[in-house]
Amino acid sequence: MSSSTSVQTPLSVRSTDERRLPWYHLIFTGLAGLLVAVAALSIAGALSVASAILLGFVLHLLFGWTYSLVREGPRWAMDRLVTLLVIGAFAVSMFPLLSLLWSVISRGMTRVLAAKPDVLSFWTSDMSGIIGGADAGGVFHATVGTLLITLWASIISIPVGLFTAIFLVEYADQGWKRTLGKGVTFLVDVMTGIPSIVAGLFGLAVFIAFMPDQSVRMGIMGAVALSLLMIPTVVRNSEEMLRLVPMDLREAAYALGVPKWLTIVKVVLRTAIAGLTTGVTLAIARVIGETAPLLLTVGMVTSVNWDMFDGRMATLPTFINQQYRNGNANCMSETVTNPVNQEIYACSISTNIDRAWAAAFTLIVIVMVLNIAARMISHYFSPKLSR
Amino acid sequence: MKVRKNKLVSLAALGLVGGLALTACGGGAEEGNGGSAGSDNGGAEAGGYAELTGNLAGSGASSMQNAQTAWTESFMGLVGAEGGDLQVTYDPTGSGTGREQFLSGQVKFAGTDAALDEEELAASTEQCNGEQAFNLPVYISPIAVVFNLEGVEALNLSPEVIGGIFAETITNWNDPAIAELNPDATLPDLPIVPVHRSDDSGTTENFTEYLSENAPDAWPHGPIETWPIDGGQSGDGTSGLISAVEGGNGTIGYADASQAGNLGTAAIQVGEEFVPFSSAAAAKSVDVSPREEGRAENDIVVSLDRTTTEEGVYPIVLISYLALCGSYADSAEGEAVKAYASYIISEDGQAVGEQNAGSAPISDELRTEAQAAIDGITVG
Amino acid sequence: MSSTDVESEPSTAPPASMKTSGRRIGDSVFSYLSVGSGVLIFLTLAAVAIFLTSESMPAIIASQEFAGTAEFSLIQTALPLIFGTVLASAIALIIAIPISIGIALFISHFAPRRMAAGLGYMIDLLAAVPSVVYGLWGGLWLVPRMEPLYVFLNTYFGWIPLFGGDPTAPMRNLASASIVLAVMVLPIITAVSREVFLQTPRLQEEAALALGATRWETIKTVVLPFGRSGVVAASMLGLGRALGETMAVLMILAPGATFSLHILEVGRHNSIAANIASKQAEASGVDMSLLIFTGLVLFVLTFIINALARWIVARSGPKS
Repeated sequence: MSSSTSVQTPLSVRSTDERRLPWYHLIFTGLAGLLVAVAALSIAGALSVASAILLGFVLHLLFGWTYSLVREGPRWAMDRLVTLLVIGAFAVSMFPLLSLLWSVISRGMTRVLAAKPDVLSFWTSDMSGIIGGADAGGVFHATVGTLLITLWASIISIPVGLFTAIFLVEYADQGWKRTLGKGVTFLVDVMTGIPSIVAGLFGLAVFIAFMPDQSVRMGIMGAVALSLLMIPTVVRNSEEMLRLVPMDLREAAYALGVPKWLTIVKVVLRTAIAGLTTGVTLAIARVIGETAPLLLTVGMVTSVNWDMFDGRMATLPTFINQQYRNGNANCMSETVTNPVNQEIYACSISTNIDRAWAAAFTLIVIVMVLNIAARMISHYFSPKLSR
Repeated sequence: MKVRKNKLVSLAALGLVGGLALTACGGGAEEGNGGSAGSDNGGAEAGGYAELTGNLAGSGASSMQNAQTAWTESFMGLVGAEGGDLQVTYDPTGSGTGREQFLSGQVKFAGTDAALDEEELAASTEQCNGEQAFNLPVYISPIAVVFNLEGVEALNLSPEVIGGIFAETITNWNDPAIAELNPDATLPDLPIVPVHRSDDSGTTENFTEYLSENAPDAWPHGPIETWPIDGGQSGDGTSGLISAVEGGNGTIGYADASQAGNLGTAAIQVGEEFVPFSSAAAAKSVDVSPREEGRAENDIVVSLDRTTTEEGVYPIVLISYLALCGSYADSAEGEAVKAYASYIISEDGQAVGEQNAGSAPISDELRTEAQAAIDGITVG
Repeated sequence: MSSTDVESEPSTAPPASMKTSGRRIGDSVFSYLSVGSGVLIFLTLAAVAIFLTSESMPAIIASQEFAGTAEFSLIQTALPLIFGTVLASAIALIIAIPISIGIALFISHFAPRRMAAGLGYMIDLLAAVPSVVYGLWGGLWLVPRMEPLYVFLNTYFGWIPLFGGDPTAPMRNLASASIVLAVMVLPIITAVSREVFLQTPRLQEEAALALGATRWETIKTVVLPFGRSGVVAASMLGLGRALGETMAVLMILAPGATFSLHILEVGRHNSIAANIASKQAEASGVDMSLLIFTGLVLFVLTFIINALARWIVARSGPKS
């Protein structure tokens, strides 16, 4: 609101002969940039798809800006340049995403679909009895572990994080609460920076301190370690969203005599639910793929463990890490026999790496499903106040 | 195409299982493993597995993780087939942690790259029902010198040259010292990129121990666990090292032979001849080495003779030990440990290790001694 | 929704005095829960700090600095790691922040409204990719493909210290690790910046447009000033992730322990977190304690950087 006066300043200079060009002129300048880039690169002898696109984009910036400067004047030329730059930024970010997804899909989904005996048995079988280069096995146990541990981490983190955010926004307004609020805000910032591996060490130490058995590893230890990473993200995202709820809404509720807690539940939270869901989703997305804390706290098993409070658990990230570290398998003959059920599998040198990719694919599918679900919830609950 | 073939294999396997399920016992099951013997300890002990129940936890060196996975799964398979119900787990926590957990009684056996020393043996009586613990060499892994050099398939190297390469005094592949050992190869004018392990590992320790004993001038840094030279290519874990070697041209590194994959491996000069790595040559290196002195009869620790010039010996190997108690208070636990350790050293067990983890099987002589040591474990 | 919803009756009720007791209980329970959560944050963080300090005591006591006899020095161990961690994160942020602001602006103000949600979702997908997958991708896919660019930079811009030195393939260097870190923090910075940009008061924007401002002028004069503190906060979140990121660095970087500025050279740098992850498997006793000490250093480091960032935010002035 304070900046409204500054808005007018640059606009006072309006030239009357400015003319907007249709957007498709950008395509012409783009093609020109690309052609010049290809020509220059082939003369220099360094032509490749990547270098042509890179140089072409830079030249396009130059051409587009110059062309617009001549035809439309400096202000619109600047606008064109920025438009090109932000599109470029988006394209740059899409590149790693697409290449990563392509890697994961081409190597991971292939393995999931090629699983034996039936198509999805990679998702329904575990690793018991899978040894050496056996081209078999699956991630059912790891998927169960990941879902359970993330669920428990969410059960711990979401209420704590949400209530902390509510405290910061709704209660920390005066007296000692204000001081506490400032401290909490500061500490949440610090917690955001807690390295995941330190969170793992913490989760380990908390339980070792209270357990007789020093080698204890349980799912709940991983959940506690993950909560440490999840809480600050939930607090930060929720706080941001709660603060965006207009004060008018609260005041209107108070004026009607609605108690504070009900105002929070019925007005503030409900207004902010879309943002809150997005924030929580991001928090889950951050922790569901965390590897380092789980390496230290949950160990690894080859079969399903449903019990969060007893015994080691496999999770998808640690499974990926384990398979990646196993590296090439050793194949001395064509087949490997499963010692548990005597099934015979083909032996493949790359089986561990293949499983790592397939597990990575599985993990990404889970995250995507979660994301889509969160979007749908947020879409469904979101009050249509803003864009 | 691969998919279809594998499906056929598994279909065939299903058919086989149907046939085998009735005959159930050890002999039939081993066929798929390529193991020839069915009449050794594994078979002899067969009757005892039905009684085994409970949990047996071990931890230790990550070097023998692949082998331990194969052993635990195969062993549980055998026990399960006879109606026993025993869970054996091996947690690759690292040698040091494994020994610590073993000495404090958290795990019942440990795998370790360095045998328990005198002090640790003395400390072990507390958890071992009054008896001392002992070591058994169960996992012999050849360390291959792997390289990735376009146009060169085979390479002969002497300890001096390897030392020079890793100490970064020999820096180009066309160095006369390398050319002299490889008269037939066309060595390119390309800088050598030595790759080492970035994590502390027994592999590095064994490799540098070999270098410092055979070529102390070329490798002046002594036997070390942490790489002494700043900079240079490195990889985390064996797989990290292998992928670094695969990713470059002119790279050379050292790794568990089982994971060498498609990389070239160098033949090592021993005496006058060059020995390519093989399980048999690696096992021989243990056979020609004397036992460490001052140890108890049942405490089998090999003092590797790295400078041997005996024929057909591959001298760069890593030995991992199994640490066991001399006595177990809990009789179920004791019986389980004895059965599992016997299985590991049995011909079957070692074949499973070779098959799945690329280790070198121990010799019959060593097996007899180790079996005697295991039989000496008192229970209850 | 919240479980406290059970007593939803009063929401429709008139402000009658009869409801006062129910209101008081609800209010105080809610108040206690909120304050309690705040206090819990304090306790948790205190526990982390206390634990890290107590566990690193053995290494501190046995170190050269205190005992004077040990083989290892706390400072010599920690300093190169701190340098590597900060350098990697700084480069990652330098790459990520401009791109993130660009993407956030693109989604919030440039892209067609109908596409915006979908595009935002694609960026969120980047955040959803687990770090271990980034490690896989970076180590196996990206590193070999970056080689020509590095060679180009080294040949023609080698006079800049950053690109100097003697890079050798495979390019498992700090630059590769930083690029992957940048990709990892990008969605975090984008997501928060985007939300903030979207919250720009509509009236101000429309006023600017009505006065004939171009889209860029509107952004420069209305959106960016409004979102500045949000962008700083977003960058802090990104920095937090970059500093503590373990797996991606571990799986890509060939570590070393020097103060080299040559980010294209392999085996020169390492980050604290990756160092812990790579050494913890075989560490026990004092070695483990030393690793926890470096963890404590990282903890303190993030503490200082966050405090600094907050100070900057405070200095730039509150927005409302």
